[in-house]
Amino acid sequence: MNQILEARDIVKSYGQGSSKFDALSGVSLSVTAGETVAIIGKSGSGKSTLMHLLALLDEPGGGELLVNGADASKLKKSQLNHLRNEDFGFVFQQFFLIPNATVLDNVVLPLTIAGVGAKERRARGLAALEQLELTDKAKSKAINLSGGQKQRVVIARALVNNPKVIFADEPTGNLDSVTGAIVEDMLFKLNREKGITLIIVTHDADLAARCDRQIFMRDGREDKAGIVK
Amino acid sequence: MRVQDVLASAVRNSFRNKLRTTLTVVAIFIGAFTLTITSAIGTGVSDYINTQVTAIGTPGIFTISKATQTGIVSTGPATYDPNAAVSSGGSVIGPNGPTGLNGGTAALSKEDLASIAATSGITAVNPLIAVTPDYIQYANNGTYKLRVNTNAAISKASLAAGNQLNNSTSDLQLLIPTSYLENLGYTDAASAAGSTVTIGIKDYQRVSHTVTATVVGVQNETLLGSGAELNTALLTELDAIQNTGKPTTTAEGYAAATATFDPAMSSANVKALQKTLADAGYSAKTVADQIGTFQAVIDGIVGVLNAFAGIALLAAGFGIINTLLMSVQERTREIGLMKAMGMGSGAIYALFSLEAVFIGFLGSAIGALVAIGIGTPLSSFLSNTVLSGLPGLNILQFAPASIAVIMAIVMFIAFIAGTLPASKAARQNPIEALRYCAELNY
Ligand SMILES: Nc1ncnc2c1ncn2[C@@H]1O[C@H](COP(=O)(O)OP(=O)(O)OP(=O)(O)O)[C@@H](O)[C@H]1O
Ligand SMILES: [Mg+2]
Repeated sequence: MNQILEARDIVKSYGQGSSKFDALSGVSLSVTAGETVAIIGKSGSGKSTLMHLLALLDEPGGGELLVNGADASKLKKSQLNHLRNEDFGFVFQQFFLIPNATVLDNVVLPLTIAGVGAKERRARGLAALEQLELTDKAKSKAINLSGGQKQRVVIARALVNNPKVIFADEPTGNLDSVTGAIVEDMLFKLNREKGITLIIVTHDADLAARCDRQIFMRDGREDKAGIVK
Repeated sequence: MRVQDVLASAVRNSFRNKLRTTLTVVAIFIGAFTLTITSAIGTGVSDYINTQVTAIGTPGIFTISKATQTGIVSTGPATYDPNAAVSSGGSVIGPNGPTGLNGGTAALSKEDLASIAATSGITAVNPLIAVTPDYIQYANNGTYKLRVNTNAAISKASLAAGNQLNNSTSDLQLLIPTSYLENLGYTDAASAAGSTVTIGIKDYQRVSHTVTATVVGVQNETLLGSGAELNTALLTELDAIQNTGKPTTTAEGYAAATATFDPAMSSANVKALQKTLADAGYSAKTVADQIGTFQAVIDGIVGVLNAFAGIALLAAGFGIINTLLMSVQERTREIGLMKAMGMGSGAIYALFSLEAVFIGFLGSAIGALVAIGIGTPLSSFLSNTVLSGLPGLNILQFAPASIAVIMAIVMFIAFIAGTLPASKAARQNPIEALRYCAELNY
């Protein structure tokens, strides 16, 4: 099987001295391409911290992190940037849209960063918006959209660069249940149709249950018995 | 990120908070406007002085006078020497304005002239004959004071009409300045050229005489002072009348002399020659030196104005720092997002630096344009009114090269001001930035 991401006993602490806090104290996990993985657990249990490390947004304080079998700590900064830019898509708990930019400009941001030309950006951005039925909003300012529309824009942005993995931190956390369900369906459809690996951080047990695999977090460790809850 | 995308977003970002950007641009505008105006004055004046020097300066000639003794204030008056030569006449007009203001300046004696002539490099020395006629009259239009400009010997006139003086003829010739025309009763410069005037002068015994001379030309006013210029024949004639009845015992002296040297001499050698003469106690000045003193005054004024502009730009620099720091703060989440999506620190740095440079560009471009827009009509207005006495002087001249330099300087200052906020943005940790103000839900 193609191991896209692998964590071996990774550790992350914040602060120093007496205020030192271990947010992650030894987590191992392996993600196969095309899988859907849920990271679930109580608030403060270290879910976001784990996701940030897997997404190479931060460096672990200990342990090993492998990307496509290669040690992430040996990669150069520019290689990490390329990897995140081309292979990863992000959906954060907040929308993180640039409020006064147009919907289209927001969606094509990863392509702009990659240095894709304006024409191609526009075509790919519109294609992504079409998948999420937002073509008519392409020219609106992001700030003027409803919550559900914003979250769809965020998903369009996450998939515009045809990523291999989408990291989603509580993607439905601030949506009502109906819109939340629509967004969920979209993510799983991407997984089914394009084989995109999903790593979803969530509080929601139902969403977690739809995933192939669940990682239960408790006080910075994986809790293998947490399934009962 | 592509260069044009970085550029486009820098421009777009600077317009996000219009009021803040506008205020910063205003501060830069003030500095750039002032700099543009002062540099235009500098260009205008030195351009005028250069054309004056080439138009009227004769190369290879010095005006020589006795060097004024320094330290008069602290040491008191020098001892009186009854045998020292004093220049004849009460109000001799020297090349540097009237001499004798301090109660008689030392004059050049025959021995002085000989020692100057003996200096190596000097080919000839001629005393400047100073004549003080009483009046000039054209037809029956009344008598007017006549001031003689001794610079005729070292400069050629910038003519409004007529011809230059001929110093090898026995005809009595003079040039009158344009400012004399109306009072003397001429309709214009062309009608004056070739006309005959009467000059009144007293001899040593205060007896009045008149001399008839031809006005061969009319000259524009120059920085070397106004006044009529006389040819050698007329000068000699008036000098002879002036000295009629003079007791032979009076020590003869001259306020100034002209000394000629090889016109092809290099400027370094000219400087060395001036130094030699200065060491011997003589002040030797070329036309360019004399006109150059005006430039020094203007340069001083321009320097003070530039200092003010510099202060304005310094303040504007802090304005830019402040504006961008606020914008980095506001866009913390956006910076975090872009970094998470793989934007490198270098690109983030470039984004904010360019924003600073763009603000600098806006301020300096508007400043320069407004300066040109106001300065051009103002300059021609001044030329036609206050400065009409100095034809050819356009006080404000906007040179494209100096405007480009000013804009480059301002943009460089803006770039320097932008480094602090830009590096702050570039150093931001994406995780921290994404956590920042998580309750802001957009
Ligand atoms: N930058 C930081 N500095 C100090 N402590 C931090 C930092 N980031 C996270 N922590 C701490 O690490 C722990 C894990 O945080 P994390 O964000 O991973 O929790 P989480 O499981 O995602 O919680 P939630 O469900 O509320 O988002 C928390 O106790 C948090 O306070
Ligand atoms: Mg979290």
